[in-house]
Amino acid sequence: MNAASPRAVRHLEPPTTLAGRLVARRFQIARRVSQGGILLLFAGTAAWGWKLAGAPLLAGNLSAATLAGSVPLVDPFAVLQMLAAGRVPESTALGGALLVLAAYLVAGGRAFCAAACPMNLVTDAAHAVRQRVGGRDLVHLPPSMRHWALGLALVLSALTGLAAFEWVSPIAMLHRELLFGAGLGLTAAAAIFLLDAFVAKRAWCGHLCPLGAFWSLAGRAGVLKIAFDDAACTRCGDCVRACPEPRILDFKDGAARGFVAAGECTNCGECIAVCPEKALRFDLLARARAPNPVPTEGKAP
Amino acid sequence: MRGEGDEGLTEPGDPGPEAPSRRRFLARSAQGAAGAACAGLAWFALLRQEAHAAPFALRPPGARPAGDFEALCVKCGQCVRACPYPTLKLSPAATGIPLGTPHFVPRDEPCHLCEDIPCAKACPTGALDGRLDRVDRARMGLAVVDAENCLSWQGLRCEVCYRVCPVKGRAITVDPHPRGISKHAVFVPVVHAQDCTGCGLCEKACPTQVAAIRVVDPKLVQGRIGEHFRRPATTRDAGLAEPVTDPVPDAFVPQPVKPAVAPKATSGPQAPSGKAVDYLNAPVEGL
Repeated sequence: MNAASPRAVRHLEPPTTLAGRLVARRFQIARRVSQGGILLLFAGTAAWGWKLAGAPLLAGNLSAATLAGSVPLVDPFAVLQMLAAGRVPESTALGGALLVLAAYLVAGGRAFCAAACPMNLVTDAAHAVRQRVGGRDLVHLPPSMRHWALGLALVLSALTGLAAFEWVSPIAMLHRELLFGAGLGLTAAAAIFLLDAFVAKRAWCGHLCPLGAFWSLAGRAGVLKIAFDDAACTRCGDCVRACPEPRILDFKDGAARGFVAAGECTNCGECIAVCPEKALRFDLLARARAPNPVPTEGKAP
Repeated sequence: MRGEGDEGLTEPGDPGPEAPSRRRFLARSAQGAAGAACAGLAWFALLRQEAHAAPFALRPPGARPAGDFEALCVKCGQCVRACPYPTLKLSPAATGIPLGTPHFVPRDEPCHLCEDIPCAKACPTGALDGRLDRVDRARMGLAVVDAENCLSWQGLRCEVCYRVCPVKGRAITVDPHPRGISKHAVFVPVVHAQDCTGCGLCEKACPTQVAAIRVVDPKLVQGRIGEHFRRPATTRDAGLAEPVTDPVPDAFVPQPVKPAVAPKATSGPQAPSGKAVDYLNAPVEGL
């Protein structure tokens, strides 16, 4: 806590020029390019036969894909559910899942949610609507609910012998409908849009999604972190308001560790973009730079 | 679920904010567990209905048996993309077939039994067994002939199904069949389950308005004799079968049993007099 800081609290001026607006939205633009690009690679391979080295460029969808005809990429959460269901998939799937897991361990777990998941486009749009129309939450959802959903997915996988979430996942449905033109994906997306826009703030991504919960567990061990410079921070709170996740920006914990430790962080970068003091930034070496020993987590005294 | 505005309101049985923290914690935990159980039961029911109560679907060659297939298929559609024909589709909604799983409908487009089986090789999880080495070993379904609507059974030399069958002369044969009072036999298609892949080429090619040969769930039409029964030699496996040393009786004649429930003698809908086996077969009485 730097309550003794004499510096006045400032806020970023809303940008007036186009360039300024683009800079202010730079992380959002990067995420949209990533989300759209991934969809485009799948769609281009499917519809226009894009190839790399003579093989289909990116075949399949986010559940399982093959890059350039040889590199398997498989959703590790789907594989975990198969294992819970008592089925060991082919080594192709196991290897592909490890590959994807390793990539997101570097990018920080829920980077999937912010940069790859097609449902994020829907929930971000719903949030934009919600900010315009306002309104109170109709139901109160604890953010821990997604971890219950994750546990439930694994228990139900064991009970039914099916990959439980894969059978009901609105994310998989949406991606399938966009790429294969059949299914209930747009219906599911519409339901989630309404849920997020009018029922509860950030209901799906921030509270309910078991896939996000899975990636948040991976995110705890993630490499890319948001570093926090306590000395520069004036506690203006703009980052907390910009953060799509409930209660993950914790000044005390951040000051002690030097970075945002919560696995729920999606590395979306919105907090960095709004910080007037440049107290936040992406850091691949945040853990190495962390003060040693890191104090144990706990409530403020 | 407590809304933002109802802080301070207590329901009967709610320990309330001033209760000891352990009691409050236990009450909250019990609520959470019950909520999770509620959602879990609904989710469980949905899975059972969607996956375990689904009708038979024709899966790509190499598909694991029902149960394993549903567990391993992640609905990525790589088999669909690998298929060089417009055969495989990911199931759309409201067909009864589990959403997003690959299948085909022979009358739309049958499986052409590619020699290199690209669909099975494309499967990353093993829901389709990529080790299937010969496509004629695939068992997707079983063709059955509706003799009442089959042109060959009407005495025409159709035999289209026999000609398009890729497992030539093995899965479908054309066998002579004596025709009632006529001197001439008819030549009818006969499906042999041990060689039928269920590819559906016959169903696609059948010239009747609605196919008279259809690929169905083998479990629906196949019986099983049992281990105690020794098959008599047939012309089909002549030279392969063991010599018949103990021929079975000509026919098994079931003994009549007394009906467990006698027809009601009251008013209302009257049960037909006599047994169904008699009145349904009245025209053949004289034979």
